[in-house]
Amino acid sequence: MLPDQILFALEVTLNGLMAGVMYALVALGFVLIFKASGIFNYAQGVLALFAALTLVGFQNGQIPFAHLINATFGTNLHTFGWTLPGIVAIALTAGVMVGLAWLIERLVLKHLVNQAPIILFMATIGLAYFLEGLGDVMWGADIKTLDVGLPQGISETVESATAALLGYGFFIDNLDIVATIVAVILVASLTIFSQYSKQGRALRAVADDHQAALSVGISLRFIWVLVWSIAGFVALVAGIMWGTKSGVQFSLSLIALKALPVLMLGGFTSIPGAIVGGLIIGVGEKLFEFTIGPMIGGATENWFAYVLALLFLVFRPQGLFGEKIIERV
Amino acid sequence: MKTTFATLAVAAMIAVAAPASADLVVPNLSYRTGPFAAGGIPYADGFTDYFTLLNERDGGIGGEKVVVPECETAYNTEKGVECYEATKGQGALVYNPLSTGITYQLIPKVSADGISLYTPGYGRTSAANGKVFEWVFNYPANYWDGASVAVKHLLDENGGSLEGKTIALVYHNSAYGKEPIRTLTELSKKHGFKLTEIPVDSPGQEQKSQWLQIRREKPDYVLFWGWGVMNQVAVQEAGNIRFPMENMIGVWWSGSENDVTAAGAGANGYKSLAMHGTGMDYPVYADLKQYVQDAGKAAGAGDQVGSVLYSRGMYAAMVISEAIRKAQELAGTSAVNAAQVRDGFEALEITEERMAELGLPNFGQPFAASCEDHGGPGAGMIQQWDASAGKWNLITDFIAPDDEVLDALVLEDSAAYAAEAGLTERCN
Repeated sequence: MLPDQILFALEVTLNGLMAGVMYALVALGFVLIFKASGIFNYAQGVLALFAALTLVGFQNGQIPFAHLINATFGTNLHTFGWTLPGIVAIALTAGVMVGLAWLIERLVLKHLVNQAPIILFMATIGLAYFLEGLGDVMWGADIKTLDVGLPQGISETVESATAALLGYGFFIDNLDIVATIVAVILVASLTIFSQYSKQGRALRAVADDHQAALSVGISLRFIWVLVWSIAGFVALVAGIMWGTKSGVQFSLSLIALKALPVLMLGGFTSIPGAIVGGLIIGVGEKLFEFTIGPMIGGATENWFAYVLALLFLVFRPQGLFGEKIIERV
Repeated sequence: MKTTFATLAVAAMIAVAAPASADLVVPNLSYRTGPFAAGGIPYADGFTDYFTLLNERDGGIGGEKVVVPECETAYNTEKGVECYEATKGQGALVYNPLSTGITYQLIPKVSADGISLYTPGYGRTSAANGKVFEWVFNYPANYWDGASVAVKHLLDENGGSLEGKTIALVYHNSAYGKEPIRTLTELSKKHGFKLTEIPVDSPGQEQKSQWLQIRREKPDYVLFWGWGVMNQVAVQEAGNIRFPMENMIGVWWSGSENDVTAAGAGANGYKSLAMHGTGMDYPVYADLKQYVQDAGKAAGAGDQVGSVLYSRGMYAAMVISEAIRKAQELAGTSAVNAAQVRDGFEALEITEERMAELGLPNFGQPFAASCEDHGGPGAGMIQQWDASAGKWNLITDFIAPDDEVLDALVLEDSAAYAAEAGLTERCN
């Protein structure tokens, strides 16, 4: 039998890997938009919140803008009186995210073609604040329980298997196992789409140069709607996973903070990089907290993730999988 | 000419928005947005609704209408200070910012400006010492009282001894979350239990490391000092690792419906401190329904009535209104100023009879403030979540804190503040 400390470290490592997958789910949305348009989308976390709010709203038959309508017209409307199955609500929410992508293109991005990246970045900051407010007004700021049938709690299979094998039952959350499976499918699909489909190649062409892409007949507007739609769908997946754990509330938008070190480490342009970066950050921060945390008062995870990312940046400024861009004058 | 018109228009708007000179102004520094909105909204609604009730049912307090200008802080300390600066000129009588961070920033400001700061169950614990903190009041209970009440409850459950037991404190890694450490350290020495401190960085969306540590170390009890999303995640994770929920006790800021509903059945049995009653079985709710909700005058969406945090906001407003009433009585005038309201706070006595008259029988503990005592008796109850019924049940009466330990700590901390701020003790 292995010593207890080794077993505990193994358990922490496994849970770090699972946490890393959850971070990577958020980081993926950033990568998609950056890869396709060179925009660092500050609003990605808020997109996850907005998607999760919309999903719960559909599922519970909540009337959007009910508070505003009631305050304006003196009515007392709250719900449509239906409850939708999770899968239907997810499909409807995905539709809303496509609509939102179209609106973002029409109202924001269309007017900023060929502008400097910092201008586009600033636009996404504005978008984030707008969506935060819109989400509040549409669905309310109270905490909502999200239940689309995902399992939660300790995996008894893993616990009993490790107990029989190692003499100590490991804790793994069933939700994390589901998140890992979903992330693997998502990354595989997105990588295939990006590398082998016509639209995927067009996405990368647009990322390299808007004008050049336009000159060879690529529709910039279509590409932007497409990529924001995909990023919206990824945000919905991240929102479901995180929202199932903590309830759907404003704090969901802050999960973006967990994605930043993942991006710094994995690179802003690599889909597999988001996953690998997430895993390294997840394991790194959990093991650091387990080994060094108790000696320095604990609560090390938030800052250690950034320190780890910065260490990697010293040696690979473009991140582990990022493209090395050489610009000649 | 355009400038003149614009100036006139702005002046007219300010005149409309500003309260009339005789109104009693009680600003509501609320947070309806941001990561802590889910806790801020019910509290703000309860606070405002109670004053609306007094205005609609009684014509205000002593014939003076109460105006409650609301300012959004988003639980952000800088914004909270901005709100204070923006509203104090309106004739503000008292502030209740529902944030320990904002409270710490406002203590020197209210002391200089001569406006009371009322922080029931939060803020700077040693403000209970009126000899040092002239303008701050935190009755009926503070954080250190809460920590002591939780330990006393555990003593009751363990036949009066916690010798050899381990208690883990899982806390928000902030000034708020660190407040009980000092008290629990002293109590651990007194009662022979081992205290393990487990911080969680804000906002607390990810707590896997902390709960794996608890699973490994198997403490007998977990005391929990969280706020916002940290609460929901902690309750969920505790259920995930199969920690016995009846052995987990949250502070009163970790004991609302928000904190347990997301975890579903897994939260069943979770306990928290309570400094006031729970549920809607109080006559005041009938009046609130008649004069506020049914009249279409409810604050916010009107959907928070009766929740734990709504009740707490209402309770804070009730205490403030009673302090204003006392001030009117002492000053012999209904149009009291901030200094007179401070006197009202210091002379306030809330009896059981008075609470019954107010429609809140047995809702809070009776107390009498004095020049020295701004902290009240500090007693608290324990409530337990029944997931199947979806409600909190009080499972104890009020439990008094361990004043033998706490009084010394309050004196020590307030003396340090007095020395730092160059204050001379009063009430001599």
